[in-house]
Amino acid sequence: MKSFAYERASDPKAAAAIASRAHARFIAGGTNLLDLMKIQVETPETLVDITRLPLKEIVEAGGGLKIGALVTNSDLAADERVRRDYEVLSRALLAGASGQLRNKATTGGNFLQRTRCNYFYETNARCNKREPGSGCDAMNGFNRILAILGTSDKCIASHPSDMAVAMRALDAEVETLKSDGSTRRLTLPELYRLPGDTPERDTNLEAGELITAVRLPKPLGGTQIYRKVRDRASYAFALVSVAAVIGVENGRMETVRLAFGGIGTMPWRDARVEEALTGEAPSAALFAKAADILLAEAKGHGENDFKIPLMRRVLPAVLREATGVSA
Amino acid sequence: MITLTVNGAEHKLDVDIRTTILDALRDHLGMTGSKKGCDHGQCGACTVLINGRRVNSCLTLAVMHEGDEITTIEGLGAPDKLHPMQESFLHHDGYQCGYCTPGQIVSAVGMLGEVKDGWPSHVTGDIANGGTDLSNEEISERMSGNLCRCSAYPNIVDAIRQVGTTGKGAA
Repeated sequence: MKSFAYERASDPKAAAAIASRAHARFIAGGTNLLDLMKIQVETPETLVDITRLPLKEIVEAGGGLKIGALVTNSDLAADERVRRDYEVLSRALLAGASGQLRNKATTGGNFLQRTRCNYFYETNARCNKREPGSGCDAMNGFNRILAILGTSDKCIASHPSDMAVAMRALDAEVETLKSDGSTRRLTLPELYRLPGDTPERDTNLEAGELITAVRLPKPLGGTQIYRKVRDRASYAFALVSVAAVIGVENGRMETVRLAFGGIGTMPWRDARVEEALTGEAPSAALFAKAADILLAEAKGHGENDFKIPLMRRVLPAVLREATGVSA
Repeated sequence: MITLTVNGAEHKLDVDIRTTILDALRDHLGMTGSKKGCDHGQCGACTVLINGRRVNSCLTLAVMHEGDEITTIEGLGAPDKLHPMQESFLHHDGYQCGYCTPGQIVSAVGMLGEVKDGWPSHVTGDIANGGTDLSNEEISERMSGNLCRCSAYPNIVDAIRQVGTTGKGAA
């Protein structure tokens, strides 16, 4: 690990101001950042310790919840209101990482974790995300875990978060504080960037911009499911995952929220899939059509080709479970 | 200079800013019970409790934990006064080489605290109402952050279940 200056922030504004310096990083749980610093994929010159900031509360706000950025993944998953009203979020959190990591990892940090692409971690390999312009060894390499949607010819890195997939299904928004003291609110499609020609930038956050909280809109009810398919039963990243909130009334799907992990370069959601299902009577044929719409533009890169037929089965399976309709 | 509170005692340490809690314990305080396996948070051999919660000590900086209560395997029990979880691992032969054992034991103690607090897990059926049963499936899921290369898992699960259900380590 390269050495760094350590600053303990006394309040959020001071934290954002310090972190606007060149090569500064916020540190909270540190479970991903320190991991990357040990192998020198991340080499910050300044670490701004934000763990003592007062951003650890979950409060009811605007009919939904306001979750402090420093609430741990464990505390968020165990919160009674989340378990009751946003089950898909609790389920997604519990499907990720290990008990030890969830006790450390924070809500804000979970959104900002970096890809687990092997070539991003391997500093002898070419990686446009780690070293812009160097090339991409994943494209024709061991890309089993990588993305099939939202990719570019520069990068096919998948976003690793389970939590963010559920957050996307729930229309969560992040609240931020910039180094000039101003605040803003971003939806997840506004927060995250597709790789395009600049895969080194995962998000649209500015230098020093601090995520202070996450807002969840009022509960959607319905049946909430997080289905994660992975290489081992626990403590592994998703090959594919589905976060679903499905409400059926009078035999028709009136509430449909679907987001996807493992397949996209950001936590994925496709309005066309939800439109095809909303207001319709559930059926196996319709579920297959929804999967076709989702995967119409999907592109495998060899080792990850299997994700296309896998998701073609997993999405209908989730919809069958949510609606009880199997034929 | 930083001050760390380990097993109830304060220690003043002059350490490099990069020092993890694990390295502070092993290299500066001579507490070698916590093990370094992967040094990347993947194996759980370094598990300690911070303010009662289990964490990977290899993935956290010592300087960030001034004022926190750190509990290591040395703080749970001693050869002449074993913690019930240590006693139970002995009774059930919950190890082979023993390298992962301190991490398993500290993690198990932290995990039973989480169960007591009603935290659900990935395999809990009804998460709205929590789940406190200690089935094999629940213990395996909740302990998945601790790897055992000797694969002593069946006996580890038995050892943890006994403490979780009876509070005692000896049969």
